[in-house]
Amino acid sequence: MTALRDAFLSALVALGLFAPLVGLVTTSGEHGLLLELRPIATAVVVGLVFLGRLIVLSRRGRTRTASAPSNRALAEKVSKAGKYVTPLLLVAAVALPFTGSRYYIDLGTLVLTYIMLGWGLNIVVGLAGLLDLGYVAFYAVGAYSFALLATNFGLGFWTCLPLAGILAAFAGVMLGFPVLRLRGDYLAIVTLAFGEIIRVVLINWVSLTNGPNGITGIPRPTLFGLAFSMDGGPGTIADFFNVEPAVIQRIVFLYYVILGLALLTNWVSLRLRRMPLGRAWEALREDEVACRSLGINVRNTKLTAFGIGAMFGGFAGAFFATRQAFISPESFTFIESATVLAIVVLGGLGSQLGVALAAIVMVGGLETLRDFLSFLGDQMNSPLFSGIASELPLYRMLIFGLALVVMMVLRPRGLVSGRTPSVALHKVRDIAPGLVARGRG
Amino acid sequence: MTALLSLTGVTAFYGAIQALRGIDLTVERGEIVTLIGANGAGKSTLMMTICGSPRARDGQIVHDGQDITQWPTHLIMRRRIAQAPEGRRIFNRMTVHENLLMGAEVAGRTDTADGLEQVFTLFPRLKERIGQRGGTLSGGEQQMLAIGRALMSRPTLLLLDEPSLGLAPLVVRQIFGAIRDLNRTTGLTVLLVEQNAYQALRLAHRGYVLVNGSITMAGTGSELLARPEIRAAYLEGGHA
Repeated sequence: MTALRDAFLSALVALGLFAPLVGLVTTSGEHGLLLELRPIATAVVVGLVFLGRLIVLSRRGRTRTASAPSNRALAEKVSKAGKYVTPLLLVAAVALPFTGSRYYIDLGTLVLTYIMLGWGLNIVVGLAGLLDLGYVAFYAVGAYSFALLATNFGLGFWTCLPLAGILAAFAGVMLGFPVLRLRGDYLAIVTLAFGEIIRVVLINWVSLTNGPNGITGIPRPTLFGLAFSMDGGPGTIADFFNVEPAVIQRIVFLYYVILGLALLTNWVSLRLRRMPLGRAWEALREDEVACRSLGINVRNTKLTAFGIGAMFGGFAGAFFATRQAFISPESFTFIESATVLAIVVLGGLGSQLGVALAAIVMVGGLETLRDFLSFLGDQMNSPLFSGIASELPLYRMLIFGLALVVMMVLRPRGLVSGRTPSVALHKVRDIAPGLVARGRG
Repeated sequence: MTALLSLTGVTAFYGAIQALRGIDLTVERGEIVTLIGANGAGKSTLMMTICGSPRARDGQIVHDGQDITQWPTHLIMRRRIAQAPEGRRIFNRMTVHENLLMGAEVAGRTDTADGLEQVFTLFPRLKERIGQRGGTLSGGEQQMLAIGRALMSRPTLLLLDEPSLGLAPLVVRQIFGAIRDLNRTTGLTVLLVEQNAYQALRLAHRGYVLVNGSITMAGTGSELLARPEIRAAYLEGGHA
């Protein structure tokens, strides 16, 4: 009975929330906007909330008692599955271009860019524990470094890539110096401001960056000096391999470039974690005073974390610029920082596999959801749903937000929260939160 | 031969508040020296000032013939001075093994096998817990880990800040026993800050009493234990 009342109350709250959100829609009529009512769509949503709440309540009694061991079993399963998931993902990533579908390759390139950004930010946030809300600044520095060097001095992508990385790392160290003494929330505020400062500078320094109009005509990367050009003239890929020039060649090449860059990021961070520097980062995340008492140079450790994290952001930025061939400050807004940070947190701080999975879910999943919803809308022939069917894809953010909330309730430490010790003496034992909770970590 | 560590006229401030008022203190090689005093007397501050955080405003700190008063903290720690800070401050989410390796990193030591061996001989419990996360250890084990971590850099001077804090009397005895063994077998010099004055004075060769940021008494452990004012101020209620 209490469950029914509870569900009813939830439905009431949902009604208050969704009546204006879903139930009211404006359409343009003869004399301006007209307000249209959609009672059925609202009723469906409220009904779903009512049922959902009932299901949650009816399951609660059982899960509470069984949760501890099942959590532990899940953690063990996840860490075991990780052994197979990683090579599987890698094979899938390498094989993706063979589908030949431009849509999938483009989506894959986008996902890989975010995976790379996630891994880069993971060094700063996941390993060194420095909450950075302005990571997009380094992405922007990398992109603009490459774009400006290429358009002003005629340098190619491969020459500029390391330069973009170095300049971004330099920006990272510059950000690092003033925030050395800050922690937690205060650090987050300053990094957030840093991200905005870079964007505002890019908009207003018109003589250098061409302001809001952005930079066009950024050159594409070449394969050992062979260009991907459509005319098929001498010195192009098509000419060298004696094939018809096609756009897909460049798309596939770009895909493998970002795959290589992302794997490089992963490899470097995995290696660094085994080095004293990586261990110092992890120690810094735990306790700064203890680090200092052990003779670790906290300043240099923090600056290298900022610098190396920023460098990978810069690489990704240079790739972004060469892929788009056009960049403007609009591409480097706070929402990008937030997305990358969400990927890192969702994946489980410090977990490389988790970050990759989270990027796939957040970037790829959102696209798939859009497809699925428009497919669903097409199937709804009933006039009852006619109003909502065509708009269904617009609800994807709502559904996605809901999924994020549910996810954080169910797995608050991220998708892959168990951390394998970077250094183990005899036998590697996984440290899962479930084990720690029971004093057996 | 000069003393291993000597402080002359050291003062230290937290903002405008003076925490240390002209401290003179020496620690000879191979000694266990203890610093006792009430809450807020400046014991921990003195320990931290030796490490350069906060830095001494006046006076001089000389370690092994070298003036280290103005040195940055991490360089001081690389002179084979090791500290087990107050409240232990182990790395909760790192394993026991990783915690110990953190201690070895300071001196740039790549060969850690001997150090681990020594720590495990001293505290066999840590060996049992090697793959466990630091945060899941009991209080006593965490203290052992903090001391073990400090020992990993093969220090010539060990600074211990309240190793008995929050521990059961039996565990305190174990830890103090380990300190005594270390001192006897390896000649390790120890500067020990303690609230548990009775235990500390019994362990130490010499002791200093700190009141309100100044040293008011100094002497050998047994001398200080015999002083009636010490008994009244710090041993009332009898920890024996």
